[in-house]
Parts: sequence; C-alpha cells; structure tokens
Amino acid sequence: MKGFTRLSAIAAPLMRANIDTDIVIPISRMIGNSVRGTVGKWAFTALRYRPDGSENPEFVLNRAPYRDAEILITGPNFGCGSSREPAVWAIQEMGIKAIIGSGFGDIFYNNCFQNGVLPVVLDPQTVQAIAEEVEETQGTGKVTVDLEACQVVTPSGRTVKFTVEPRRRTGLLEGLDEIGATLRRDTEIRAFQQRDREERPWIYRPGSDS
Amino acid sequence: MTAPQTMFAKIWNSHVIAEIGDGTALIHVDRHILHDLGGSRALLDVKERKLAVHDPELTFATIDHTVSSAPGRKGTIPSGIELMKALRTETAAAGIRLFDIDQPGQGIVHVVGPELGITLPGALLVCGDSHTCTHGGVGALAFGVGWSELAHVIATQTLYQRRPRTMRVLFEGRPAPGVTPKDLILALIGTVGTDGGTGYAVEYAGSAIRDMSVEGRLTVCNLSVELGAKMGLIAPDEKTYAYLEGRPYSPKGAMWLRAVDAWRALPSDDDAAFDREVVIDVTKIAPQITWGTSPEHVVAVDGRTPDPAAIADPDRRKAVQNALDYMGLAGNAPIAGTPVDWVFIGSCTNSRLSDLQAAAAIVRGRKVASRVRAWVVPGSENVKRDAEAEGLDRVFVEAGFEWREPGCSMCLASNGEQLAPGQRSVSTSNRNFVGRQGPRARTHLASPAMAAAAAIAGAITDVRALEDGR
Ligand code: SF4
Repeated sequence: MKGFTRLSAIAAPLMRANIDTDIVIPISRMIGNSVRGTVGKWAFTALRYRPDGSENPEFVLNRAPYRDAEILITGPNFGCGSSREPAVWAIQEMGIKAIIGSGFGDIFYNNCFQNGVLPVVLDPQTVQAIAEEVEETQGTGKVTVDLEACQVVTPSGRTVKFTVEPRRRTGLLEGLDEIGATLRRDTEIRAFQQRDREERPWIYRPGSDS
Repeated sequence: MTAPQTMFAKIWNSHVIAEIGDGTALIHVDRHILHDLGGSRALLDVKERKLAVHDPELTFATIDHTVSSAPGRKGTIPSGIELMKALRTETAAAGIRLFDIDQPGQGIVHVVGPELGITLPGALLVCGDSHTCTHGGVGALAFGVGWSELAHVIATQTLYQRRPRTMRVLFEGRPAPGVTPKDLILALIGTVGTDGGTGYAVEYAGSAIRDMSVEGRLTVCNLSVELGAKMGLIAPDEKTYAYLEGRPYSPKGAMWLRAVDAWRALPSDDDAAFDREVVIDVTKIAPQITWGTSPEHVVAVDGRTPDPAAIADPDRRKAVQNALDYMGLAGNAPIAGTPVDWVFIGSCTNSRLSDLQAAAAIVRGRKVASRVRAWVVPGSENVKRDAEAEGLDRVFVEAGFEWREPGCSMCLASNGEQLAPGQRSVSTSNRNFVGRQGPRARTHLASPAMAAAAAIAGAITDVRALEDGR
C-alpha cells in the first residue's frame, strides 16, 4: 500500500448528505476478481453521467478546475451503506487521495486507510467553511492536508487541526503491511485460542457434542 | 463486586487478544463467513502472499450476491460465474466449508448463518458485508468488514477494531395488528436518522423485543447499519435457544448444555450504563413505507410525503426536494395510492420462512394486480424447501408471483435482476438508495405484508385494510 504524508491540491466540494457506496460505485461495475483499476470511470455514475452516457456538467468533478481535484470535501455520512471496497478504489482511481468530511460510514472510513486514502473528520461547520472558501476562489485555491502535522490548511491560509488514531496514522505514513505485523504476534493469538478453547470449546468445534 | 456490564462489553472483553492503545484492540474472530462477491478475492490475496488460512474450520462460505435467482440459475453473468468458480476452487484448496448452489445451506449469508447454527450467542462473527449486524439477532457480536480486512481475518483469525460506544433502544409496548418488526426498525431510523447510530454498538431491548420471534429480531438487527451502527444485538433468551437447538453447526449434547449455561450470563446487567438510550413506544407505530432515497425517508402508510415548502433549512429543503424528484412524487401528498410496477419479497431483511408466511397470508386467494410484476426470492435453500413443504410456493404462484431461487437478487440489482429506469417497486429489502435496484429505479421499503398488499392493490396500500375481514 502507498502511504500518505502531505498533499496540497485542488479540492472539490461534494456536499450532498448521505452519499452511499451504491452511488459511489454501482454493483454492475464491480463484479469480478480483477475489477481494481477499472472502476474509476464508473465512480459516481448516477451523478456524473446523464442517462445517455454523456457527462453531466452539473456534477462538480466534471467541471474545471475540480476535474483535477485530489481532495474531496463531503457532506455528512459520506460512504454510508454497502461495505464494498471498490467504492474507495473508484474514488482513488479518479485521483482523489484525501477526503474531508464531518462523518463517514464506518466501514468506508476503515477501507480508506486500507487503501492509502486519508479520510479527515472535522466538525460540520468547519467542513462547510472550507467548502465555501474553496468556492470563493472558484476552486483554484488549494487545500493542504498534512498527516504528519495532523492539520488542514484552507485556501485563505487558516490552519485546522484534526485527529486520527495513532495506529492508523503510523500505518498511512509508513504504508505498513498490517497482516505481516499481526502475524508477528501469532504466538499471542494462538495462546489466546488455547485458553479460549477451554472456556468455549463449542466455538472451536462447530456442531460437535464434546 | 464487579461493575455492571452491558452485553456488548461482556462479549467484546472476552475477545480481546491485546489492547493496542487509543481504544483499539486486536480481537479474536470466532466465525467468518465468506460470500461470492469478495470471498475469492480475499482468499486469492492471502494465497498470493504465500500465507495460510489461519482457521479453516471457523470459516464458512456461501453463494448469494452474484448468482441469478432465475429457475435453473439461468442468466448468471459471466463475471458472476467466474467469482463462483474461484470461490469453489479456493475454498476447496483451503479446506473451507462451502454451501454451493442447490445444497441445503446455500443462501443469503445473513439468513444461513443463524439458520445453520454457525452464528451463536456470544460469538464474534464477521463477514465482508455491511448487513452482518443481522446475526446480532441471536446475541452474537457481528459486524461487516471491508475486503482488505477479509484477508486479514483469513490469515490471522483476528481484526483490529476500535471499541464502539454503546446505545440501547428500548421498544416498549405491544405493536398494533399489521405492525411488524420491519415497521419498528424503520420507525426508529425515521426517528434518529441514518447516522443516529454511527459509532455505536446498539442493543435492542424492551417488551416488544422480548415478545418478538427470533426471525423478527434478525430483521430488526439487519437494519442497524441503516442507522449507521456497525453492530446491533439482542440478548439471547429461551426463544433463542429453542431456535438454535439442533441446527447443524450448533453444539450438541453435553456441549449444548454447557454452551447454554454460559450464554445465560450474556445479557446486560440490570444497572449497566449505555452511552445513549432511546425509547420507542411501539403502540404509536403504524405500518411504515419509505418515500425517498434513504431509509430515514420513512412515513406511516397513512401519512403524507414531506412538504419542502415547510422546511426552513435550505439544505434540508433541497435534499427533500431532490429525493421527491428522484422518486417522482409530489410533496405533501398521501403516500398510499402511489401505483407500483414491481414487488420484491426477499433479501437478508425479510426472506425467512416467517416473512414468506406473513406475505402469503395476505396473498392467499387473491391476484397480483395486472400492472405489477411480483417476485418472491427465498433467503436460502432451506427456507425455500420449508416454504414449499407448506405449499407457500403454490399460494404465491397461483396469485401471480414468480417463485425464484435463493440469493440476493433484486435487493442489489445484480444479474440484471432490476427495475427499468423510472419504474417503482415496493421491496422488503433494506436500501432505497439512488440506483440501488437499477439506474433511476425507485424503491419503497416496507414489510413483507405491506409488499404483498401493494402487489395485490397495484399501489402502495395500507395492509390493515386487507387484513381486516380475514
Ligand atoms: S440481500 Fe441485499 S443487503 Fe442482504 S446481503 Fe444480499 S445484497 Fe446485501
């Protein structure tokens, strides 16, 4: 996984509430074992394209300069719904590396970290204010997201702090291999299982009578 | 004396392998169920890293998302066939039990887990699907994970998880006739909103939950994620034990007695504190139906769509107007009487035997309206066989429903099992999102009885009118 440290980039406000992962990537575009790398063009299909397949000019990521955005500013509860990880891939394949919002669907939030995308949670007023600042510059004012300093710098130069769990922060900064790290504790895991097997044997032998 | 504990805390604490700081723990996964959509990808990931499956006997697999529900499974798309083949090969190689098509055990992952006794009280269960919260209906701590996490679980039988806060929802009172578990949970979502449970593990309790069947409890827990909560759970009781006893993967004999003994200690202690508590008076709830594009867009069937003009906040007004426009509905209008094109009875929310019985009770001796196409998709092969043994399939077919093979089907519009653009459905599933049942499809969520009533009337209808006089 590629890490994330610091990024100064165009940020696109997509402020509609409750954008679910079905909107981010429709099921019909994500079935298969090798869809990774193919889903970006289907991201936000229902918002991004008209029924005839042409681009909907109303959609923010279809407009300059937001087309080149690497940061997405989102409304409340972004990424709610289905656990589908291709939702993160689709956004990532559009070039987005960080998402600023007031709250995210739990599984989506987690999936972002697993794929090197940084989700930043700020209070709703702050998110709204950043979106407005961006719009005042017609999108040209860059936003900086700095994971080392845990801060966002708005187009006008205002600094806003954010928090992220230390484990996730280190994981992203260093691009850690989580499975490898966990397997280094395998003795501990197996010791837990051995103790637990005495306590709850029915868990370890499904359907058995002894 | 130890401090009173919630059921959530008891289960959580007994699964912590290591605290790794900041409220996050490495926790043990007791049960992992894979399905066709992400299962083979995760197994392949693990294989490519040259790692082994940590505990194949704690891992199960079924086929649901991408398989066609047409008779004979005709029409499964090539990429779906590819996923199923890969799941067969990879589970066989790893020694993981797969419930394949036409075998008892195949079906929607959240229907088959409890039905087979794979899901047990006090167990920690994960699956790469957000509706894994369903399994909390029998007292498991169950939640959905992402696909990268699947590989982590396969290779380590553990997961990193931040401890959620706790919320208790008390459903008190006796529901009026025609009001089902689905109506209770939709009404709750309408009250607290689709992010009202974000960051919480939600325990449902109260007299209405105690009185409810186990299958009804699974329906309630199923929609936890639609209020933002990854986990929803209900204390196990005698009904739970009666439901689980004798299921293929439930403990047997002396082991069963020992397990039940342990499970009796699981319910929240009397004075346990929750971070948030919500009380719902179920006597005030009428049959529910969604009008918009989020499960929180819900009204009583005798109610009206919201009036955007009456909403002061401009963002909210716009959001409501957008949803009404998408749904092709006027504001401040009665929802009943809206003509429908499709009725779908199925999905992990409402495709168990009791759901099909409830729908059949409305349908029996009546005909589906000529404008409506209506499907019943049983949640599992076992549900299908049990329903057929009771003759429910004939009740539906004689009324004009199609009786199909178990799977997710129209719930997520795979295999082209979807509405045409602009068409309207009443669906017993859990998501009425934009495009969920096909591009520009319009979905109204409701209970199986309400869906059956809509099929008969050809329009959204108060089921109580059809129940009267029976
Ligand atoms: S029935 Fe629908 S909600 Fe349930 S697991 Fe299948 S696709 Fe998901």
